[in-house]
Amino acid sequence: MFERLFHHERARQQAMSAGQVTPDSSRCVQCGICSFNCPIGIDVRRHAWLGEAVVNSRCLTCGECVARCPRGVLIFERTDLFAEGKR
Amino acid sequence: MRYLILGSGVAAISAIEAIRSVDKSGEICVVSDDPHGYYSRPGLAYYLTGEVEESLLYPYRKSDFERLNIRFYRAIARRILPAERVVELEPAARLPYDKLLIATGSQAVPLRVAGADLKGIHKLDHLNDARAILAQARRGRTAIVTGGGITALELAEGLATRGMKVHYVFRSERYWPNVLDAAESRLIESRLQSDGIELHRQNEVIEILGKNGKFQAVKLADGRLLRGDLLAYAIGIAPRIALAQQAGIACERGILVNERMETDLPDIYAAGDVAQVYDAAAGRYVLDSLWSPAREQGRFAGWNMAGKTSAYVKTVPFNVTRLAGLTTTIIGNVGSGRDEDVLGIARGDSETWRELPDAIIAQTGFEVNRLRLMVGEGHLVGAIVMGDQKLSSPLQALIGWKVDISPIRAALLAPNAPLADILAAFWTQVKQQSFGQGMG
Repeated sequence: MFERLFHHERARQQAMSAGQVTPDSSRCVQCGICSFNCPIGIDVRRHAWLGEAVVNSRCLTCGECVARCPRGVLIFERTDLFAEGKR
Repeated sequence: MRYLILGSGVAAISAIEAIRSVDKSGEICVVSDDPHGYYSRPGLAYYLTGEVEESLLYPYRKSDFERLNIRFYRAIARRILPAERVVELEPAARLPYDKLLIATGSQAVPLRVAGADLKGIHKLDHLNDARAILAQARRGRTAIVTGGGITALELAEGLATRGMKVHYVFRSERYWPNVLDAAESRLIESRLQSDGIELHRQNEVIEILGKNGKFQAVKLADGRLLRGDLLAYAIGIAPRIALAQQAGIACERGILVNERMETDLPDIYAAGDVAQVYDAAAGRYVLDSLWSPAREQGRFAGWNMAGKTSAYVKTVPFNVTRLAGLTTTIIGNVGSGRDEDVLGIARGDSETWRELPDAIIAQTGFEVNRLRLMVGEGHLVGAIVMGDQKLSSPLQALIGWKVDISPIRAALLAPNAPLADILAAFWTQVKQQSFGQGMG
């Protein structure tokens, strides 16, 4: 069970460090909670409107927007650019 | 080309963006009676809880409006004169159009109970309503909320978050019985109760009492008297079709439109909450009253108005909301009155649930997760996903595309089957078949 937990946590860490926040526009109602909670002021809501991933070098991938969205619009998607090298 | 848009909600904004993507130079005029213009109306629920500030409810900046090059009229549209191709406004003005879009939205059905005109009684249509509620929502005071759907629940939760004692009154024996099953209703109700909200099931406000024009108490159908400082209601919404009716445009509950979002009068379109769209699958006109379809309809209306012929095809019913703190996705047909050939299966939280494809990290950490599938003969016909949302997008695709589930149907229906694992594995296969080996 602990092994599973560690595995899950490692996957989570990897997704957060090597991933990007990706919106599902069909779930979004533009309430602004994501933009409101971004610690460095990225307009995440605009990305959700446009259906574009948050490709912004300033994004800390801290996960605030993902966690606070009341409608599950945002996910971390691993970009997988370096995934092969890590294995 | 002169475009005239009535309304400033998401359908209107989406239509304007679509028009501009085709026609860079045509004149676009927008008429709206909402003093706050374009803001997130669903976001008002989160403004009530304090999760978002008022200034953040506006998705558009000034530069966004400038980019679209529109003329905005804060006015009431009084009359559409189709023969002259003119809309009369108040304050008095006449705006001519070549293409007209009616995107006037919907509004709360008023409470028809004696005393409903007292001060301290609120609906939640506009930002001004939310402001008025918050002005009265003080810690330690008492609120009474009535209505059976999502908005009423949002009112109850918002007011409880503000520290009010909340009495929530609804007619049915359990919360939202035409969508949720008994276990789901119980789950939501127990969470509301643990937030201190007192439920009054199978009950109704039959009289409102006040003093000096101010709300004081409600009388319930069972004879009890509930005292409170404010009453908030959400008992349904009605499309704002009066203008269209007056102009002789065909309406049922909403304005009837074809797949190009055209009404039965030439060059007049409708989109969003006010429009009743033909649903080929159901064989009738349906109202959606949701943000996402409103945006889609606006987009198609805009394209067609600007000459880019495009057909809007209704997709499988899809609604995302938050019920008592649980993100909830409702896909397809999940309610009562179901087909006999459809089997419902449900699962609560389980260990396997949390081991779904780990390449994607969605919201986690809900104390409760729940999944209900409606399994048809050949494909899944509906699902409710509460809490963890990893499965909702795969399910939306499996249900929407009517994917043949014969490879997994028996496994799904087996006693104590690990639904989440089966679906996740199946989804990986389906994706590979649909998009090829290289993707997914």
